[in-house]
Amino acid sequence: MSAVPHSTSPLLPLRPVGPTRVPGPWALGALLALTAAGTLFALGYGAYRIPPLDALGIVTAQLGLHSGTFDAQQAAILQSIRAPRVLLALLTGAGLGLSGALMQALFRNPLADPGLIGVSTGAALAAALVIVLGASVLPGASRVLGEWTLPLAAFVGALAFTALVYRIGAARGALSLPMVLLAGIALNALAMAGVGLLSYLATDEQLRNLTFWTFGSLSGATWSSVGAVTPLVLIALALGLRLARPLNALALGETQAGHLGVDVVRIKRVAIVLTALAVGSLVALTGVIGFVGLVAPHAVRLACGPDHRTVLPGAALLGALLVVLADAAARTWVAPAELPIGVLTAGLGAPFFLALLLRRRLQGL
Amino acid sequence: MITRRHFGAAALVACAGPLRAEPAPMRVVSAGGAFTEIVFRLDAQALLVGTDTTSIFPAAAAALPQVGYLRQLSAEGVLSLKPTLLLTASETGPPTVLQQLRAAGVQIVQGDGRHSIEALRGNVRLLGDALQRAERGHALDAELQRDWAATQAAITRGTPAPRVLFVLSHAATQVHVAGTDTAGDAMIRYAGGVNVMSAASGWPPRPSRWPPRAGGDRHHPASCRRYRRGGVAVAPGLALIMGQGATSSVPDALRRCWVSATPAAGGARAGGGLGHGHRMSAQGRCQAQFPECAAWRVNW
Repeated sequence: MSAVPHSTSPLLPLRPVGPTRVPGPWALGALLALTAAGTLFALGYGAYRIPPLDALGIVTAQLGLHSGTFDAQQAAILQSIRAPRVLLALLTGAGLGLSGALMQALFRNPLADPGLIGVSTGAALAAALVIVLGASVLPGASRVLGEWTLPLAAFVGALAFTALVYRIGAARGALSLPMVLLAGIALNALAMAGVGLLSYLATDEQLRNLTFWTFGSLSGATWSSVGAVTPLVLIALALGLRLARPLNALALGETQAGHLGVDVVRIKRVAIVLTALAVGSLVALTGVIGFVGLVAPHAVRLACGPDHRTVLPGAALLGALLVVLADAAARTWVAPAELPIGVLTAGLGAPFFLALLLRRRLQGL
Repeated sequence: MITRRHFGAAALVACAGPLRAEPAPMRVVSAGGAFTEIVFRLDAQALLVGTDTTSIFPAAAAALPQVGYLRQLSAEGVLSLKPTLLLTASETGPPTVLQQLRAAGVQIVQGDGRHSIEALRGNVRLLGDALQRAERGHALDAELQRDWAATQAAITRGTPAPRVLFVLSHAATQVHVAGTDTAGDAMIRYAGGVNVMSAASGWPPRPSRWPPRAGGDRHHPASCRRYRRGGVAVAPGLALIMGQGATSSVPDALRRCWVSATPAAGGARAGGGLGHGHRMSAQGRCQAQFPECAAWRVNW
């Protein structure tokens, strides 16, 4: 545990920077408005044409504001296919964005992302086990749990791997972050080796299913599945946002944070548990959706500075916006087929991120 | 408020819907190459409004709107084609999407995915009925039955039955062999052969010791003759090597090994361009490539 504050980190420049830094509340307001607009757009936009006014009419009728009659097919698509999917996109983006911000703050490293603590690869390994060996090893479980077998196994895998990483990093009442980091890297490699081995053993069909799972997709969104993850993600969001002040203190270094009265061990533990909860449940349902957790907090920090009171909610909102838009693109670009969303989050996120970096650079930073 | 003014407009537009309630023509999406081919054979292609990526034959099937890979359909994407009927294979999915489609009122017909002439004929009748082409379906079924009987009669059953290995190669580094429950296995069995890979099911990747050490092949072809997998000694008299596209993708070492080393009984043949071999119209090409086996005129 270093007592020296990481003042040289590009993540947390301690000197006041740039003339164009956006005040936090403004940025959050703008992001909130953009996310709301993006959500409405995503609800009205899809392979099945539903004119925006009809969509609005259907939604308001569902809410009981008036009693219009509508095309049953359009209403059914909006209500049982598109709406849960948009909600899952919002939750996924918010969960990944916030978790990314928590991890970057915790490790005080701009390269940290939610996958660092083994949560994504743990889920991937469990998913691969179910896809490849599920039918032969656990036929009973598959029969009882049905379509929930895969998400449940992935969730358990995510939590188990994170717990393992945590156990290795924790010793004598302290939590050594470098140990957590290294354990995470090692266990990620181990899990990927397992996935690789299972891919080798897999039949053609299993391999194809596995590939699609690792691309990520929100097409599994139904009201029941979204209902199952919503409480977990909302709890993680609510508790995660309350870590802003302690994480600001932690940015000065663990010792300094301790002197400021922050229970450092507890903060670290809470951040890891919340990330495992949110990302684990989301990954279990959607597969791996990369880049959001990395880029969302970064972008907010570049625009607004390192204050976590802005970065945490900002990352959640920007993540939600990014995933909602990426999913709208995934649903429509190759309609009536669908693109894997993992491809799009990186495809849309990376250029956006590069543009931000270049802009900062042009301003002499 | 803009919204209030527009409620009326939205309601009007929506009300217009039920008024055009004349009997809707059948709109079919086929998610499975085998079923798409049958639809065409039933002359029902005019009903098709979409196909999946496995529907590559005939070419007209691939020109229709593509709903993607059959295991990863998109509920809204499929619904955007406003289908009344979805033809599915056993592997079509994901299950959630099928549930959503069923809930949206799309009739879903699932064909028999097994590799057998009975399954094929069952599918022909099933699709004939589902597409309201029952008569054509029964005629095609009878035609298949006739062809099938003729094919079976034309097979000269060798004693002992030839031991056959079915090799599928998409790229030089990827080799799969046909185990049980595959189209390749069915071809071999129907042709009166014995599938040497019957210890495995599906399409296992190439066995670990195959091809054998590169240096040894030419001088010791005998090393190719036997290898073990699952305790079964594999010594095919005939190797059918299928490449999707070109035969040239079959690894040279493999070709050398099999062509030079198989027992004199059959002699290995390398052929290609069969697709997965379950194409109704492929019989002519197939026979041209394997003149000695009329048996490959398997109609599926």
